[in-house]
Amino acid sequence: MTTVFDEKIHSTLGDSRLQLAIYKATGRLMENRKKVVADDVLPDYQELRQQAHEIKRHAINHLDYYLEEFERNVQARGGVVHWCRDGQEVADVVLSIAKRRKTGTIIKSKSMATEEIELNERLEHHGLESVESDLGEYILQLNHEKPYHIVAPALHLTRYDVADIFTKHLGLEREVVIEKQTKIARNIMRDKFLEAGIGISGANFLVADSGAVVLVENEGNARLSTTAPKVHIAVAGIEKIIPRAQDLATMLKVLGRSATGQPLTVYTSFLSSVRRENEVDGPEEFHVILLDNGRTKVLANESKRESLFCIRCGACLNHCPVYRKIGGHSFPWVYSGPIGAIITPQFHGVENQPKLAFASSLCGACGEVCPVKIDIPKVLLELRADAKEKEKEVASNQLERAAFQVFAYIASRPKLWRRLTGLAGTFNPMGKQANGMAKVPGFMKLGPLQEWLSERDLAPVAPKSFRTMWKERKG
Amino acid sequence: MTSREAMLKEIRTSLKRETGTPPPPPPPVRLVIPKVDRAAKVDSLLSKVAALAGKTLHASSMAEAREYVAGVIAGKSAVASNEPFLKEAGISTLPGVQCGFTEEAALREACAVTDFGISSATYALADTGSLVMISSLNEARLVSLLPPVHIAIVPAERILSGLDELYMLVPKPSDISSSMVLITGPSRTADIEQLLVRGVHGPGEIHVVVVD
Ligand code: SF4
Repeated sequence: MTTVFDEKIHSTLGDSRLQLAIYKATGRLMENRKKVVADDVLPDYQELRQQAHEIKRHAINHLDYYLEEFERNVQARGGVVHWCRDGQEVADVVLSIAKRRKTGTIIKSKSMATEEIELNERLEHHGLESVESDLGEYILQLNHEKPYHIVAPALHLTRYDVADIFTKHLGLEREVVIEKQTKIARNIMRDKFLEAGIGISGANFLVADSGAVVLVENEGNARLSTTAPKVHIAVAGIEKIIPRAQDLATMLKVLGRSATGQPLTVYTSFLSSVRRENEVDGPEEFHVILLDNGRTKVLANESKRESLFCIRCGACLNHCPVYRKIGGHSFPWVYSGPIGAIITPQFHGVENQPKLAFASSLCGACGEVCPVKIDIPKVLLELRADAKEKEKEVASNQLERAAFQVFAYIASRPKLWRRLTGLAGTFNPMGKQANGMAKVPGFMKLGPLQEWLSERDLAPVAPKSFRTMWKERKG
Repeated sequence: MTSREAMLKEIRTSLKRETGTPPPPPPPVRLVIPKVDRAAKVDSLLSKVAALAGKTLHASSMAEAREYVAGVIAGKSAVASNEPFLKEAGISTLPGVQCGFTEEAALREACAVTDFGISSATYALADTGSLVMISSLNEARLVSLLPPVHIAIVPAERILSGLDELYMLVPKPSDISSSMVLITGPSRTADIEQLLVRGVHGPGEIHVVVVD
C-alpha cells in the first residue's frame, strides 16, 4: 500500500487535463445511471434497492452458512473450493494448479479481488505469464498502474497515453485511433485466450443454492477467459455470496444500472461446473477460491459490517465530490472513493489508515446512490471516531487539512458543487441556512478548521454539530 | 487448523453464530412478472436489440429466416450450432456453413477462423433485448463468442418478458447446464476516453431474427 496520499492529491488538483478527464468520465457515468433509474423508466427502483440491501444483509449475517452451502454445491458437480486467508495462499493454489497442468500462461479477466492481492505480480514472480484481458486492465498492466476506478480502470488515460504505452511496451508503431488501439488488444488477446492453460476470473456474485459464479462484463473477455482454457479459477471475496439464483433478478437489475447505466451489461455468465457430458465445450476443471484478506475482521463490528454489502458498482465514486477532485490514485489502496474510504481502514486497521475516513465531505451523495443502500456516511463517521480513539490526532489533522483544501475549493463554488455531485436540488452543500450565494462569503469566513468541519458535517438536516454528535457517540 | 477452519471460525466468532445453525428464511424472492402479449414481446425485443446497434428481422417463417441468413453470410464461412430447427430450416446446410461439431477441439478451430456464428437461443428477454444461451449439445458456448458476427434465430414463443420470468422458469440454471449466458447487444468497451467501441473480444455485430 502506498503512502503518497497528500502528494497525489496535489498533483491531481494541479493537472487540468486530468481534472477534466475525471470530471467528464464520472459525469457521463452519473448521467447514464440517472436515465435508467428514473421514476418513469423504473418505478420500483427504490424497492429493488431495498430488496438488494436485505438480500446482502441476510447473506452477510449468515455468511458461514451460505459459504458452506456454496461449497457443497460446487463440490457436488465436481468443482473444487479453496479457502484462502491472503494473497500468498491464493498464489500457492494457482501455482500448484499451473504446475500440475504444466502450463505457464494464464489469461485473466477483470477482478478487484486479484488486484487487491496483486496476484499478477505474485504469479509473475514465479515465472508464470498472467495477462489481463480487459482492455483497460491490460493497458494498466503494461504500464504497471493500479485501477483508477472500480469500473473504468483506465479513466485517467487519454488515447495518446495509450499510444505511448503500446509503443513503449509492445514495440508497435504509434497508433492514436481508439478503434485501432482496441483492435490491437483484441488481436493480441485472441492468441492468449487460445493458448492459455488457465483462465482466472473474479466473481460479481457467488450463488449459494447453485454453487455458481456470476460474472458481468461488456467486452466478452470474461466469457473467453472462462470458456477457452482447460482450467477456470474464480477468485472471489467471501462477501460476494447471495443465497439464491433467483436473487439475481434483483441484484443484476441494480448492478448494471448503477455501474454504467445499462439495464444489463452485454454479458452475464452464470457458471457452475466443468463442461458436462451433454455439452460440447467448457473447461475441464472448475475452481473457486474464497478469499478472506481482512474480510472476516470487518464482520465483527455489527454496525460497520454493512461495508461488505458492496457490489462494486462504482456509483459512489462517480457521485463523490472528493473523488471527482482528487481522483483514484490519491487513495492508498486499489479501492478508491467512498467505498475505498470505508473499507481500506477496516481491512488494514484504522491505525494504519487514520486519514482515509476524513477524505469525504459527508455530503451524503454516496449513500443516496448506493444500490445496496450502504449507509456510507454513517460508517465514515464511525471510522473517524475510531481514528480519534486510536489517538492518531496528528495524522488525522493532517488529513483534515488536505480535505479542507479540497472542500474549501469546491464548497466556495456552489455550481461546481452541484455539477460534481450530480444531485442538484436534493441537498445543499452549504447547509440549511445557506439558501443562495449571499450566504457563501459568510460560510467561507468561518475560518478555523474545527468550525469548518462542524459546519460541513451538519449537512442540510443535521440539527447538531459534528463535534456534539461525536461526543455523544463516545459518551 | 486449515485456512478453511480458521476462516469459518473467525466468521462465526464475529457473527456470534454456532456451527451448523441454519439461518432464518431469507427475504422472500422478488419476482414480478408483467403480463405482456406475444406481439408486444416481439416488438420490445427487436427494438431493444436495435437500440443496442444489433440488426433485427421479424420473419414470418423459417424460410424467410433462411433467406436472411443466406444474404448476410453471402457465401462467406459460418459455423452453426447443432440446434435441430436450424438444420430443418436449411440454415445449417447453406453454402459455407459448417455444423455438427460435438468435439471441442474441432469446434474451437472452426470458430476461431470463421466469419459468422449461427445459433438459436434458449430464451430471449423482451425488456432488455437479451439472448439467453444455455449450454448444451445443441448450443456450444463458443459459437456465440469467437466469431466476429453472431446471428441468432429465435422462435417467438421463446421470448420471455424479462429476467424475472427467466428466473421463475429456471430457478437454478446450474440444474440444467454448466453455463447460462445472457447476451445483451454486441461486445463493447468504453475503456479509452469513454468512447464506445464495438467488438472487443466477443462479436462486434449481432443479428437477432425472430421467427413468428
Ligand atoms: S459502496 Fe455502494 S455505490 Fe459504492 S461501489 Fe459499493 S455498491 Fe456501489
